[in-house]
Parts: sequence; C-alpha cells; structure tokens
Amino acid sequence: MPEKIEVAELCRAEWGRLLSALIRDFGDFDVAEEALQGAFASALEAWGKAVPKSPRGWLYAAARHDVIDRLRRNARLAEKQAALAALPTAEAPAADELYEENAVPDERLRLIFTCCHPALAPEAQVALTLRTLCGLATEEIARAFLVPVPTMAQRLVRAKTKIRTAGIPYVVPEAADLPDRLAEVMAVLYLVFNEGHSASRGESLVRAELCAEAIRLARLVRELLREPVAELEGLLALMLLHDSRRGARLDSAGEMVLLADQDRSLWDQKEIEEGRGLLRAALGRGPPGPYALEAAIAAVHADARRVEETDWRQIVGLYDLLEAVHPSPVVALNHAAAVSMAHGPEAALPLVEALAETLADYHLWHATRADLFRRLGRKGDAISSYRRAHALARNAIERRFLEWRLAELGTS
Amino acid sequence: MQYLLLIYEGEKRFANLSKPDLTAEIAEYRAFGKEFASAIQGGNALQPTGAATTVRVRDGKRLTTDGPFAETKEQLGGYYLVEARDLDAAIAMAAQIPGARYGSIEVRPIQKFS
Repeated sequence: MPEKIEVAELCRAEWGRLLSALIRDFGDFDVAEEALQGAFASALEAWGKAVPKSPRGWLYAAARHDVIDRLRRNARLAEKQAALAALPTAEAPAADELYEENAVPDERLRLIFTCCHPALAPEAQVALTLRTLCGLATEEIARAFLVPVPTMAQRLVRAKTKIRTAGIPYVVPEAADLPDRLAEVMAVLYLVFNEGHSASRGESLVRAELCAEAIRLARLVRELLREPVAELEGLLALMLLHDSRRGARLDSAGEMVLLADQDRSLWDQKEIEEGRGLLRAALGRGPPGPYALEAAIAAVHADARRVEETDWRQIVGLYDLLEAVHPSPVVALNHAAAVSMAHGPEAALPLVEALAETLADYHLWHATRADLFRRLGRKGDAISSYRRAHALARNAIERRFLEWRLAELGTS
Repeated sequence: MQYLLLIYEGEKRFANLSKPDLTAEIAEYRAFGKEFASAIQGGNALQPTGAATTVRVRDGKRLTTDGPFAETKEQLGGYYLVEARDLDAAIAMAAQIPGARYGSIEVRPIQKFS
C-alpha cells in the first residue's frame, strides 16, 4: 500500500511544523498532539482515493477541524465561548480540495525554545524536543535512551504539565536573552547527538537515528534564525565531522575501531566537506567558541588521509584554546591524550595523573591512563588500569574492546 | 505584629484526595479564612513542586534549574508575591532580588481553584 508509506513519511517530515502551528493556535501541547495524531489517522483513510495537492495544508485543516469540533461539543462550551469566537470556522477537509503548503505557519522556533526551556530538567528537554519537533514516538525515545516506556511517558507528561502550570511561554526569547537560551538549545542538540554517537549504555555503540535527528534540528534552527550564529555553525560542523566517521567506527563484526585504526576511505566525504565549510564560516565570525574549536579538532583529523599524517601539534594547540574558553576535566583528559601523540606518553602522564581525583569514576580516564602505561611498557600498571576501566564501562562494545586490550597484554 | 504562617505538608496526600475529601478540606480552609478574615492579609495555595523553578545568580550569571529549592543549609528569609506575564518575566524578576546572589529564589506559581 503505497499511500500508507506516504503518510508515515509525511508524518515524520511534517510533524514538527504542523504541531508548532497547532500549539500556537490552541495554546496547549496535548490538544495539538491529539488533533494531529487524529489528522494523520484520517489521512490514511481519506487519501486512499487521492492524495491532496498540499498534504501539509490538508493535515492542518483536518487537525484544526478536529479541535474546533471537539470544543463545540464540549460541555463547558460557555467558558470557551470567547476563545471560540476568535477561531474561524473550519470545515472537515475533502481530499480533493486545494490547500496551500505555506498557509501553515512555521512556529518551530518558538517550539524549540519552549522545549529547551531551562526551567525543565535536561532529560525532559531532550525527550520533549524529540517528541514534538522530530515526531519520535514515546516508545522510540524510550528505546533510544534505554529507559522503560512508562518512565519516558511520565517524563513527557510531567514536562508538559510544567509548561502549562508554571507558565513557560511559547515565544522566541528577546534579543537580550537569546544567546543564553540558544546555548541551552545547542546543549540539548549536542546531548542528543552524543547519545547517538557514543551511546553511554547498552549493546550498540552508535544510534544513527539520534545523530540524524540532532543534525536535522541544528540545520532547522540555523535556517529559522535570521542572524547567523557562529557557535551554531560550529556545532553543526562538529556533528557532521564526527558523524562522517560513522561507517568506519565499527568493523564488520560490530566491534569498536579506534580513530587511529579506522579505514579512512569509509569516512563520508560529503559530510566532511559540509562540515569544513561551516567551520570556515564560524571561524570567520570572531574568536571561536567551544563547539567551533571541537569542530576544528575533528577537521584536523579529517585532513589526515593516513593516521601518520595527523597534525598532533595543531590539535594540542586547539585543545589549549578549548581549555581556555571551556575548561572541563574531560577536555583536559582529551588534551592529555593529544599531548601523548604529539610529545609522547611520558609527557602526557603527569597531565592525566592530575585529573585522578575529578575523574576517578570515569572509565575513559582509566582507559587513557592504561594506554599510556601500555605504551611506556609498564605492563602491570596497564593491566590494573584496563581492569578498572572495564569495571566502570557501561557500554557492551566498549567493554569488549577493553577485554581485547587486556587479552593482548596476556591476561583476561 | 505581623506573622507569616507557612503551610508544610506532603503534596502527594493532597493530590490523591478523593473528590469528596478534597471538597471537605477546601471547605475547611474557607471556614478558616472566614473565621480569621480580619487578621488575614493575604494567602494562596501553591502549585505542586513539579511546577517550581529555582533561580540563582552567581558571578553575574543567571542559573535556572527545574525543581524546588532543595538545600537544607539555607533558610526561608522572605517572600514577594508578584504579577508576571509568564515564567520568563517571573524568573527575570527573581534574578534581580539581592538574595539570588547569595542564596536561591524558588519561583512557584499560585494555584487557582475554580
């Protein structure tokens, strides 16, 4: 049934825009969501004969008709009279009627700022963004973040309740607040991307659909903002450059391949090119922020056709800048790893040791330390550090990689 | 003298009340309000803590987090009841309170009963 596939595809492509318009019209997330679900369901039936010329316009009209119809039948009609008077009459759409695609207002920028509002918990921001803007089902989001479906459903209900009861507005923030609020939005996109790029738990290391959604959202926000924002270009460049390596990060058996050992002919050159272009644009707008610097580091890797050609000194220099604008223990750890490549493991070891207290429970701190010991020929220290990393790692593929390293050192 | 009477109780108990029990309890509050009408200068029920947002200002930067004030080292020192367009306006005002620089301001919407 080709029309069925068409509706499913449309649902994914048009969900965010239609929902954003309906929330603006009716001021309520649940009402809008229910009506839109209903409209897609009626489309499955009504489009059996003919797909309308503007499917988006048809769906919008159908959803509006559904809400207004329900409001009319509502027992507490009297209370809603004022709101109702403001609404134009909406007839149930006929499949052969003409609608304008552009008659559906695009309110997705408002929607993303509401979903990424700092008064919502970060995990709720992520879930709500994926549900409302990307149209992912609650089950899909639950699966992507490895939480039970009822937990995810409750997280979404709570977030929507807070938007309503606390009066979180459905607006694009004022210019004065825009940089801070945009930083919140970018943090959510990066969180989605990272969970897709290196899943913190579970059986699979990469969940490509989350990476794709994060990239799609970053493109969308960039398109909808009227002014170019260097850090947003930097973030999109960073995600594209990391995503370009996806095909090389796992071998045919599904095991993890380190950056140094990856088959670079498998890197997606189209994504690399686009990432480079965005990075150039970002760097042209002034002193680079953290995302642009991370993208620049990824671009240096992309420039090296063979791992031996990697310009590690430049990478160390970029990490110096990154630590200056965005100091964090994980950045310091990556900086140390770059130093080990540029200047050798003995130069890096004191930098890693200095992070002992802050990163004691971070498996990659132990794995980095183990790698330095291994390269320094300190086999006993390497083994105990790999064991510690293995005990702390939560992702099955990372764990197997550490087991393989241990086996290489003649132990298991 | 004026006194602020703060009502602490488990919000789950309130949320799980049956309709008749809720009606009875609201009637009790109304009776209390009537009895002490001359003394009461104002009072409101608050939305549950799920609707709360905590605002702090540190090094001139505003930090907004989901949820109620959760520290036990600080004590309730005062309150403002304000009219605001939406949560953003309320948060902006909260961040201007001097106490936001040293402690926390919990922003909690008022509950209206229809």
